[in-house]
Amino acid sequence: MNDFILFDPLFRVPLLTGLCLAAALSLIGGFLKMREEWLSALGISQISAAGAVAGVALGVPVIFTAVAAAAGAALIKDLNPKSGNSHYAMMIILGWAASLLLAANTYHGEVAGETFLRGQLYFTHGGHLAGALILLVFLLAVLKWLSKRLLTERFFPDYYSANNIAAFPHRIIFAGLVVFSAVLGTVSIGAFPAFAMFFVPPWIGFVIVDGWKKSLAVSVLIAVAAYLVSFAAAVLGDQPFGPLLMIVLALFAMVRPLVKLVRRK
Amino acid sequence: MKSVELLKVENLRAGYTGPVTGPVSFAIEEGHIIGLGGPNGSGKSTLLRAITGAARIFSGRIKKAPHTQITHHWQRPELPPELALLGRELFSLLGADPDKSSDRIHCLLDVPLSRMSGGQFQFLQTAACLAGPANLVLLDEPTNNLDGDAIDELSVLLENHDPHRSVILVSHEKPFLEKHCERIIELS
Repeated sequence: MNDFILFDPLFRVPLLTGLCLAAALSLIGGFLKMREEWLSALGISQISAAGAVAGVALGVPVIFTAVAAAAGAALIKDLNPKSGNSHYAMMIILGWAASLLLAANTYHGEVAGETFLRGQLYFTHGGHLAGALILLVFLLAVLKWLSKRLLTERFFPDYYSANNIAAFPHRIIFAGLVVFSAVLGTVSIGAFPAFAMFFVPPWIGFVIVDGWKKSLAVSVLIAVAAYLVSFAAAVLGDQPFGPLLMIVLALFAMVRPLVKLVRRK
Repeated sequence: MKSVELLKVENLRAGYTGPVTGPVSFAIEEGHIIGLGGPNGSGKSTLLRAITGAARIFSGRIKKAPHTQITHHWQRPELPPELALLGRELFSLLGADPDKSSDRIHCLLDVPLSRMSGGQFQFLQTAACLAGPANLVLLDEPTNNLDGDAIDELSVLLENHDPHRSVILVSHEKPFLEKHCERIIELS
């Protein structure tokens, strides 16, 4: 009767939360890849995990401390115009170390540290689902505007300053989306699985179809498909969801060399 | 009929942590093409960036007419790896009309940037700047990476330009500047 477990009301909220996050994280990941900032997603996820563990240590809601930590990291990233992979690597190193050190020295912290690094999808509740829904609806509402703004800035970096058009609205909104999605991803599916959702679907989608809009759409389809396969396999096989998701995404990524091979022929 | 001045640069010294160019003064009217020449390091690119607000002004000033709309083609634009954006989609970012471009561009409209060569990408970006609605186009070394045929097509795009559009052209190739520009400002 294992197959009926999937339809158990207990799993509905986690299933829907993860579905919204799969779509949102893969879309935002597409923009991060376009801006060549994809590694920052792991840096911000790791820092937000450290913030969440600090929330446990301080006895305050983890969402506040995770958002504060992630926003601080994003602010440092955006204030430094030369920030790049080396800086994102330092964020990953510091975030990982701080998470585990805080966890080792906090009552219940060890469990919390494991939870935020590995994920706790089955224990997500209505608050997580509401957050994921708000994230996805807002992202879809601003997608067309944000896409044009970020692409223009990528290829014509001084277009906005040259024409006295304020660039801060799209920069702030995109930074906010990255922070909010990294925090929600970290406290729902874990820091590493959230990063996999940011990175792998666009990494595949950008190679297998031509066109910006199509590649974003295919990235979302890949993320949702990988999520559903992992969720079903984890529930039915009684396996941890986060590592399974990463394995499934890695298996999906095997299509990349195949597509490249076919194109070469 | 009196020509309309789009941009006036007065005694400008610009740079980043310190001045690297100037003092320089010039003005450009609608429909004109002017060139910026000078040796490497004389601040040609910095001057363009000062006009767009990407470099710091240490002294002097830049006056732009209220209706001036600018696009800037950067020197050696970096070809993004694995980006599925099509040539057509790049054109639409600037509101550029692909029909105003050459056959070489038409062949690239449905090709993703990730499958273009550095020269094709450079030519596409330059053509998008010239086919867009901007009335002041800043082109920084647009002949870099281009083969002879592409340079000839670029010349056609510059010659068939909109009478209301002006161009500031930076190039280290003096014959190219002399062919297209009414005036050449030498930076030292």
